[in-house]
Amino acid sequence: MTFKRVAAASVAALMVGSPVMADLVFPSLSYRTGPFAAGGIPYADGFADYMTLLNERDGGIGGVAVSVPECETAYNTEKGVECYEATKGQGALAYNPLSTGITYQLIPKATADDIPLYTPGYGRTSAANGDVFSHVFNFPANYWNGASAAINHVLDLNGGDLKGKKIVLLHFNGAYGKEPIPTLTKLGEKHGFDLTTIPIDYPGQEQKAQWLQIRREKPDYVLFWGWGVMNQVAIQEAANIRYPMDQFIGVWWSGAEHDVKPAGDKATGYKAMTFHGVGSDYPVFADLQKHVVDAGKAAGDGSNVGTVIYNRGVYAAMMLAEAAKKAQEIHGVADITSAQMRDGLEQLEITNARMAELGMEGFGPEFKVSCANHGGPGAIAIQQWDAAAGKWSLISDFGGSDMDVIQPLIDADSAAYAAENKIEPQCN
Amino acid sequence: MFYREAGDFKTSYRDDNQTFPIRLDRAGYWIALFVAFCVIPFFVNDYWVNSIFAPFFIYAIAALGLNILTGYAGQVSLGTGGFMAVGAYACYKLMVAFPDINIVFHVLIAGGITAAVGVAFGLPSLRIKGFYLAVATLAAQFFLVWLFNKVAWFYNYSASGQINAPERSVFGIVVTGPNTEAWAKYMICLVFLVGVAWMARNLTRGMTGRKWMGIRDMDIAAEIIGVNPLMAKMSAFAVSSFFVGIAGALFFAVYLGAAEAGESFGITKSFLVLFMVIIGGLGSIFGSFAGAAFMVLMPVLLKNVLVGTMGWPTEIAAELEFIIVGGLIVIFLILEPHGLAQLWRLTKEKLRLWPFPH
Repeated sequence: MTFKRVAAASVAALMVGSPVMADLVFPSLSYRTGPFAAGGIPYADGFADYMTLLNERDGGIGGVAVSVPECETAYNTEKGVECYEATKGQGALAYNPLSTGITYQLIPKATADDIPLYTPGYGRTSAANGDVFSHVFNFPANYWNGASAAINHVLDLNGGDLKGKKIVLLHFNGAYGKEPIPTLTKLGEKHGFDLTTIPIDYPGQEQKAQWLQIRREKPDYVLFWGWGVMNQVAIQEAANIRYPMDQFIGVWWSGAEHDVKPAGDKATGYKAMTFHGVGSDYPVFADLQKHVVDAGKAAGDGSNVGTVIYNRGVYAAMMLAEAAKKAQEIHGVADITSAQMRDGLEQLEITNARMAELGMEGFGPEFKVSCANHGGPGAIAIQQWDAAAGKWSLISDFGGSDMDVIQPLIDADSAAYAAENKIEPQCN
Repeated sequence: MFYREAGDFKTSYRDDNQTFPIRLDRAGYWIALFVAFCVIPFFVNDYWVNSIFAPFFIYAIAALGLNILTGYAGQVSLGTGGFMAVGAYACYKLMVAFPDINIVFHVLIAGGITAAVGVAFGLPSLRIKGFYLAVATLAAQFFLVWLFNKVAWFYNYSASGQINAPERSVFGIVVTGPNTEAWAKYMICLVFLVGVAWMARNLTRGMTGRKWMGIRDMDIAAEIIGVNPLMAKMSAFAVSSFFVGIAGALFFAVYLGAAEAGESFGITKSFLVLFMVIIGGLGSIFGSFAGAAFMVLMPVLLKNVLVGTMGWPTEIAAELEFIIVGGLIVIFLILEPHGLAQLWRLTKEKLRLWPFPH
């Protein structure tokens, strides 16, 4: 017991640090260690760098400086809880934990604490129903949009007919990887394709068994929900069994430069979904280079600017900054609270004109969040890797997904959550 | 000078056999209980409960459970994570199926179910020993996690395979779900921990515990003097799994509020609890507490020092944590192979002689 007391006393002494007040605080629950660090590092860098850019170039948001305290989760839910508790006392306005498992953990907690969760392109898909999930926002796209968009792409390639085709979902055996299964099952019934799911256990450095099964079953398409080190392994294994790369489609978390580069030329043709633009030909990245990276204020070493996951971090930070601005507008105060931040997120409107002002014209879609719809438009494009040129390029337009299938699933899943937790609808 | 037996007269066998024979120890024990029950609950906030007390108490319960099996009965087990998962999923199914029943009963029944599963996987221990048994329990670990991932009935067919703890209360006080007050969460874990520790102490110093230790020290000799190895081993597996099941149920329902089998109850959890037991001290109740405190509090402490106070980048701090905690484990085990409990025992020996060592 003595040890515990000594430790507790020292923690107590250290916990009385200096909480940064009078700033707009957006904690970054990042992971720069562990098997998923390959994706966690550029995302956290992008998120932090955009906020730094706002401080350096614009003097913060509405004249108030932004601070991004980082807390390392290593994609571990227990550490995620610790990080949430450690940072929420600093006046956190919104959380973006970049982990579906941690998101599931935080949804009830953050709702009870009146702090919004922003989970773009991950997390609990049915949180798109704002009627039930008052504090969770997952615009502009979610996994079920992704699953449907991938099937739409496959439909296009096959002239609209998938009868008798074999599709494999190769997925991380965790909350994140299991998310698309209900939608794909429904779509399979609708279009008559045959769905097989093959799980990969954490952390996924060893996938011989999974690819042996794919080799045996010879599916027409492989959809892939992987993250971190398992992406590189999967693409390498696909190359090893000479699986045609243009029939291998990853979700947006499985489609970054560092995922395909280890497989070299053999990765050419690999496809991935995306809900935002690719490359660094947007003015905002020049600003980032000038005000943040060249000024030596970057969160990382600056080498990631313009890469897929870094861009996604920038995009997420931009949305939160815009929502904070909206909240300042609605409530007429510069120093907003987390409850006001929630209102800002709920009334956020992104227009093409605004995107152009931000130096991100055409980077993402136009949309408007509403009380009932926290999910955004779900517009998704397909990008393809070219190893020789060393870059991704979009091979389709940003298209919608099959909401006839998705909406009933969202309604059913959120209704089940509402019933389990006795939640009253918040809209109307 | 103050810490000694002299002058503390025992007038009955009961006094002679008490857990803390030295007056100062007894006072310390009652003061610790008083502070834990009557002082801390008034001061805890969310951070202290969720980051420090809840994980410490729950891991201490798990470590007590494993210590009974490995420390007292000598049966190596790598299945702790899997058994915690059994407790968690049993608790979830019970919470959802019988919402009106007090959560305390759910946790206890979840412990009972885990005990049954533990006994089933403990059966091979009658034939195999040591490393071979470790491999058999490792199979339990992988099988159980696979089962909870594969069979959708266990997670009520939810889309992502996650289980979420609905709001449940004890005597009208909410103890699970997001609206739990910090003190309520603290108290439920503390009550279970004190109950489990009390049970463990009394089992291990009675006939049951002596049988376990007999089996541990030399099973053939124990059998010759009349210990039934079947009963001894099975009871060790049952009691150990009961505790581990309670830990798993609390871990899911009270501490995390949501869990998935692979992430929350993977092989790393088994190793973590085994490390706690080894570092704390095999075959010691105090050791289970010390080991759990070391493994839970040390990383939090280091993180707060390195990131909070010294302002280091988070990834360097995270890597350093591994190096420091790993290094400390190695140093501890070289300097004191019998764990923190032995260190504490030696300190007490020295204290009895202090300040006149001759």
